[in-house]
Amino acid sequence: MESFSVFEIVGPRMTGPSSSHTAGAAKIALLARRIINRPIREVRFTLYGSFAETGRGHGTDKALVAGILGFAQDDPRIPNAYDYAKEQGVLVNVIMSDEPTRHPNTVKIEACGDDDSWTEVMGESIGGGNILITEIDGLAVELTGDYPTMIIRHHDQPGVIAEVSHVLAQMRVNIAFMRVFRHGRGEDAYMCIETDTEVTEGMQTIILQLCRSIRQLIVV
Amino acid sequence: MIALTDAFVNGETLCRFCAQEGILLSEAMIRREIAMGEMTRDEIWEEMRKNLLVMREAIRRGLEEHVESVSHLSGGEAMQLFRYAKYNPFSGPNTCRACASAMAVVEVNAAMGQIVAAPTAGASGILPGVLLECGIDRNWNDEQLIQGLFCAGAVGLLFAQNATISGAEGGCQAETGVGSAMAAAALVELSGGTPEQSLDASAMTIKNIMGLVCDPVAGLVECPCIKRNALGAANALLCADMTLCGITSLIPFDEVVAAMLAVGRDIRREYRETAMGGLATTPTGKAVAEKVHRFQEYQRTNHSR
Repeated sequence: MESFSVFEIVGPRMTGPSSSHTAGAAKIALLARRIINRPIREVRFTLYGSFAETGRGHGTDKALVAGILGFAQDDPRIPNAYDYAKEQGVLVNVIMSDEPTRHPNTVKIEACGDDDSWTEVMGESIGGGNILITEIDGLAVELTGDYPTMIIRHHDQPGVIAEVSHVLAQMRVNIAFMRVFRHGRGEDAYMCIETDTEVTEGMQTIILQLCRSIRQLIVV
Repeated sequence: MIALTDAFVNGETLCRFCAQEGILLSEAMIRREIAMGEMTRDEIWEEMRKNLLVMREAIRRGLEEHVESVSHLSGGEAMQLFRYAKYNPFSGPNTCRACASAMAVVEVNAAMGQIVAAPTAGASGILPGVLLECGIDRNWNDEQLIQGLFCAGAVGLLFAQNATISGAEGGCQAETGVGSAMAAAALVELSGGTPEQSLDASAMTIKNIMGLVCDPVAGLVECPCIKRNALGAANALLCADMTLCGITSLIPFDEVVAAMLAVGRDIRREYRETAMGGLATTPTGKAVAEKVHRFQEYQRTNHSR
């Protein structure tokens, strides 16, 4: 089994009542907010499985709204998240679905930014407040939010991955985990790089200018 | 010679490591955390202090304010028991107050208040209830209480690594059971007990509730969770006392952990947090679930915009 920190046993500090249904939900939405990375005008949450069945009683919906507003899992404002959303002019829609999913605690977050474009993020609360982002705009990923994470969208062609990891090596940033995904050969591809230390803005600029096939860089 | 990296393999090894270094469980826990490399000793200590403060505030809130859960199923009973503690209760005033404090935390949790999982949100009342109430009784200062939390963490870690601390995997014994085991170990260490004695007290708490199922009414962390935290507090106090008077556990700690895991795996899915059996499917349990469900639907139509 993996090695726990003492603060995963006596902890985390959280807003109740459930580590998976409340704290985990807040964490998913907070990470989704960082992925969406622009002011959010409207958001639609679709809850599946146990999230849909017992979500209201566990405040799962409030925790999701709180996360999307940028509140952490131990924020005392979670119970009143709907009021804060209204205050900030964020339109919220919650849908309970009875469609089957891979994991019992799953949520689909669709958010519309101030640029009128929509981003779709799928997340799972896998227990004890631990979470996984499994999909971004239809593309399968695996993000935990435990480490500084960089998502790079690029054109699928040889050498791009080597160039990015070369730059990180030069900057002495150690890669903890790295996964690559693509829609199809020669199409849009994604790199998910989890690092031990933060990737600074300066490093991000350098990576973005590396080659023309790198289209977008999101730091989560 | 046992290396720090191997110390937490099981209870027996941890005790031998403590003897070798001349330290207690709390210190072994702190050294392991330092070795993980994310924080310094001072940062680790201060991080635990934050947990202590949130625990204390949760107890205060549950005992002084009128908390009510989102589902309206719970709230206010902790306060009731705490007040009753001065009227010569059968369980004794100290036990009664510790149990009430444990309930207070879980009531606050159900009302979407701030708590510290110990080891989970559903079992978050036992460790603070027992430790803080005994702390008042025995004049333990905050540094001693923080030490107690690290000792509790060491025991919880052994369960997390060698069994489970999830009700969905191992039933209630894995949540409130482990919470009691953690609390009992801390009481023993703070009372001058050895690491072996701490683990003996932990082993006894688990033996007392071995096989306890997780059967939450309406799937919520309220009934029976809140009162099982009260029981967990009493269990921890009793096992700490048994240990401190010299009683030992016939079955060693590591074997109890293994048995708990084996029993947990044998518990049918209906009794592992699914709300498909036990109290959850009694006629009253089902009626309450139906009521909660209707209330949620009502809230949904009013909240969705």
